[in-house]
Amino acid sequence: MTGAEAAQVVLRLDRITKTFGKLIANDAVSLSLHRGEVIALLGENGAGKTTLMNILFGQYTADSGAVEVFGKALPPGNPRAALDAGVGMVHQHFTLADNMTVLENVALGTVPLWQPRLDPAAVHARITKLADDFRLSVDPDARVGTLTVGERQRVEILKALYREAKILILDEPTAVLTPQETDDLFATLRKAVALGLSIVFISHKLHEVMDISDRVVILRHGRLVAEMATRDTDRHALAAAMVGAEVNAPKVSPATPGAPLLQLRDVSTPDQGNAPGLKRATLDLRAGQITGLAGVSGNGQAALADLIGGLTAPDAGQLDLDGAGLAQWSPRIAVQSGIARIPEDRHKTGTIADFTLTENAILESYHKPPMSRRGWMNWARAETATQEIIARYDVRCPGPETRIRLLSGGNMQKLILGRVLEAAPRIILANQPVRGLDIGAVNYVHSQLLAARARGAAVLLISEDLDEIMALSDVIHVISEGRLSPEFARGSMTPAELGVWMAGHGFERDEVAHAS
Amino acid sequence: MRLEPIANPSLARTILPPVIAIATTVVVASLLAMLAGANPFAVLGLILKGAFGSKFAVLETLNRATPLIFTGLSVAVAFRARLWNIGAEAQLYAGALITVVLGTGALPWGAGALLPTLVLAAMLAGAVVLLVPALLKVRFGVDEVVTTLLFNFIFLLFVSMLLEGPLKDPMGMGWPKSERLIAEARLPRMMEGLRLHWGFGLAIISAALVWVIQRRTTLGYEMRAVGLNRDAARFAGIAVNGVLIRTALLSGGLAALAGFSEVAGVKGSLTLDLSPGFGYTGIIVAMLALLNPLAVVAAALFVAGIFVGADSMSRAVGVPTYLADIMLATALLLMVLAILLTRFRVVRE
Amino acid sequence: MDMLDILLSASFWAAAIRIASPLIFATLGELICERAGVLNLGIEGIMVAGAFAGWMAVYSGTGLWTGVMVAMIVGMAFGLIHSVLTVPFGLSQHVVGLGVTLLATSSTYYAYRLALPEVTSPPKITAFQPFEIPVLSDIPLIGPALFAQTPMTYLAFVLVAVVSLVLYRTPLGLALRAAGENPAAVAAQGLSVTGIRMGAVIVGSGFMAMGGAFLTMSAFDSFFFEMVNGRGWICIALVVFGAWKPGKALLGAVLFAAFDALQIRVQQTPLGADIPYQIFLMTPYVLSILALIVMSRRAEVPGALMVPFNKGER
Repeated sequence: MTGAEAAQVVLRLDRITKTFGKLIANDAVSLSLHRGEVIALLGENGAGKTTLMNILFGQYTADSGAVEVFGKALPPGNPRAALDAGVGMVHQHFTLADNMTVLENVALGTVPLWQPRLDPAAVHARITKLADDFRLSVDPDARVGTLTVGERQRVEILKALYREAKILILDEPTAVLTPQETDDLFATLRKAVALGLSIVFISHKLHEVMDISDRVVILRHGRLVAEMATRDTDRHALAAAMVGAEVNAPKVSPATPGAPLLQLRDVSTPDQGNAPGLKRATLDLRAGQITGLAGVSGNGQAALADLIGGLTAPDAGQLDLDGAGLAQWSPRIAVQSGIARIPEDRHKTGTIADFTLTENAILESYHKPPMSRRGWMNWARAETATQEIIARYDVRCPGPETRIRLLSGGNMQKLILGRVLEAAPRIILANQPVRGLDIGAVNYVHSQLLAARARGAAVLLISEDLDEIMALSDVIHVISEGRLSPEFARGSMTPAELGVWMAGHGFERDEVAHAS
Repeated sequence: MRLEPIANPSLARTILPPVIAIATTVVVASLLAMLAGANPFAVLGLILKGAFGSKFAVLETLNRATPLIFTGLSVAVAFRARLWNIGAEAQLYAGALITVVLGTGALPWGAGALLPTLVLAAMLAGAVVLLVPALLKVRFGVDEVVTTLLFNFIFLLFVSMLLEGPLKDPMGMGWPKSERLIAEARLPRMMEGLRLHWGFGLAIISAALVWVIQRRTTLGYEMRAVGLNRDAARFAGIAVNGVLIRTALLSGGLAALAGFSEVAGVKGSLTLDLSPGFGYTGIIVAMLALLNPLAVVAAALFVAGIFVGADSMSRAVGVPTYLADIMLATALLLMVLAILLTRFRVVRE
Repeated sequence: MDMLDILLSASFWAAAIRIASPLIFATLGELICERAGVLNLGIEGIMVAGAFAGWMAVYSGTGLWTGVMVAMIVGMAFGLIHSVLTVPFGLSQHVVGLGVTLLATSSTYYAYRLALPEVTSPPKITAFQPFEIPVLSDIPLIGPALFAQTPMTYLAFVLVAVVSLVLYRTPLGLALRAAGENPAAVAAQGLSVTGIRMGAVIVGSGFMAMGGAFLTMSAFDSFFFEMVNGRGWICIALVVFGAWKPGKALLGAVLFAAFDALQIRVQQTPLGADIPYQIFLMTPYVLSILALIVMSRRAEVPGALMVPFNKGER
């Protein structure tokens, strides 16, 4: 690239401001992207990164401010215009139709709707060529529903490249990838830059930002607070700029594990459509210990969570509590046995959006005293108990009679925490407990888990964030296609080594070892 | 365009949309009345007068409202749990059927024992009729909208078959009609001299009981939880299928009481034209009441008033009675939109 | 006449195809709506409205095909009402659908009473006459059954092919199917989910109305109340039975109609005479429920059916 070319500004956002009701999502944010540059857009959850990119892409209209792509103003609120101008976005939650093929997903919307024919052969050829050029291996005729997460992301990127994107925006692309897949993605991105594309990379993972970007732009509470060349900074400075203060993650002091409170022995459960069931899983959850479960999403975490949570029972193998088998198993029995479940999706399974805080707080306890007696509800008692949770767990809300849908994600999660921890559980199943939360809420949740561990509870932490697993866990298992790895002690494995297991490779050796 | 939730709706925001919805309905009705060549003010006035303008009119409206309260409650209970019971019509006829099977002399008891028995039997019959589609949904995942709808047709044919066969009144001069109920099986009047039978009282009591169940019992809590978010309810340990079945039993039973009430309180026997669609109208009543059992009473009175008034108006001025149905359909569609607009604002994007 | 005689007679199959025709139109219409992600419970009312509108146009002096167009437009108008409420506003598709059915039915009856206030028996029009396709209609059995039908039946068959072609071979069909599978995918590609879903409901409603018009302009020649008699609801079951595919929906409609044609004829047989006629009338509805049970396990439901699309919901 010539000097003049490198200096060319391909994208300019000028004082973009966007509010949702009283919330200021973006506050006069300006940034420029040059040709061939990789910018990392950094900030914690809720900082406004995705909103900003959605405005660029036309999903939202800014209240004020302008967008220029290749020097020309971009009409706001028009995804079609953004696509035609060369902006391509790889969304955090994939925008793919599972029941359709890769080819159909890529071709969707690329030919005007009034045209009578779709030329599948031409689309096929073009996809194959792009896949070659950018080293993205993908089968155009495969049904998207059968693809792995990494393969689906490649389809998302292909969609953008097929539309001749010159500016590629990736929203938290590595959240669902193994370390190796992340390396492959970065290789693709470097190839793209070499071929003339410019990239905006949204992330909150500092080591990736240091790895791939030329420049870092940091958002906090909707405002652009810092901008620097990557080579001029380091992870500490970035973390500080992100949060605006010294980041104090809770300290994890070593602990001595107690007796196993819950044990799986060779447990298998059936597959559910695309989600694999457990395959001869063996696991010990010990008192006073955090067991981390690392793995790419969709590899059986749901099966394990459903099993321990009481929603399913083992098809084969043994599930033991306190050394004894179980005659019957259900969510109520699990709760009664002292298992606290923090569900993966607080909107879908954790709370009922149009119920009040009180009604949500008693979801697991409404059926017995003191919340009800012989089928008759005691709402006064329920409200008092909810007030206690609100006070003790710092749930910011107008009051217990508020509908929970009006609370922020962090406060919803605190209510869920309060609901399950009030019963002083001995076993805690924390499934993606900090997903989508800001750093304050993340630290709060982590400190609660550590406090429970200090009290002698056994914690199972399921997370797609390897950093989180490695920071908090005393022992780590990796899950891949329903199989559990052996237990790895804290500090004994590097991320790359864990990544090998996450990709499924350690298991063959393990199986061979077991067989012989 | 995008919908944005409003955190603290103003008073105007809460009142204006429903008012505009009703006003628009009235305007539409007026235009249609003019199309029929009538004076819209006269038409509306006659409807009001025919509904509430005299003691006779009010009693007629109350009588007409009685089955609508029952079917409205039935639908409100079911819809709250997201059980789409469109089959209240069949459940109504089930209640009516069992009333004539047991009440035409098979049980030679006094009214004190017979009437409660008939009430329970009717509720059981209605519960069973809704149980089948409910079980199909729970076991096989079959959408209950279509099954309950189709059941209406099936059951009506079944009743027709019985009325032309084993249940036929030998003294009915060949018409498909059941025998008459014995005196002890008839619902007495609520007050001497008033042409209002105890079915109305039973309906009001039912509405109060349903309200208590929904707000104060664990079953009510479970029904609401299952209706709002089945996944979260299941995760928390609520036995979702059991709740749906119990909801179906209650809902079916309530609709059946409409049939019992019409036979034991008004007609005295069963014919195929017992219900001019009370089961379907109950859906409108429930929706207008926003599924609130106490509001169902008000909505039923409103709807009954429109029908009774329209009948009377039509006799006087000749505008077809279907005007009432058009008004209700319009009111329903506009009302659900209005309710949405009280809680969300429209944002141009 | 025994069962085998009935099944081998051309008149039986001709009747089956004729009875299937309104079902084919309406099932195609509902299929288009549901493929785009919208359940349209207005189908029963829209068929009533279409039946009256088409017939009334002809009764007022227009040609038959103009009458079909009028029916289609009336159906599309009700589809517009349905889709405005369910798509951009995301209101409950169950409630809006039932409301539209009531609105369409009651406005039809109102219009009928206004237009023909004094009638005791429904007046007649000159309906579509059977048109025998030369050569093809001479083939034994299939000939009279398939190729001696009225023009509207031929249209129904053509529409099955057209809908299939559009759905699977054109960019529009691709976008429509994607809207029913994952509307976020459609929006991300710069298309309007609202536009596609509303368009599908409007076009589908037009088809439904044509199905109603078949009853008054081809199968019979007058309009009477309770004419549609639950056919709309049966078509909802037929969409499921046909796994949301036009070709299979056609087969389902014909199969269903065959049972219906059969029960009329079986009543003449010695066996049939002993069974109350209500049992025969029940069979279509019972069959529909059985069809739903059989098909309920399939994972071919459009992924986003009945899920409203809220752009950037927070």
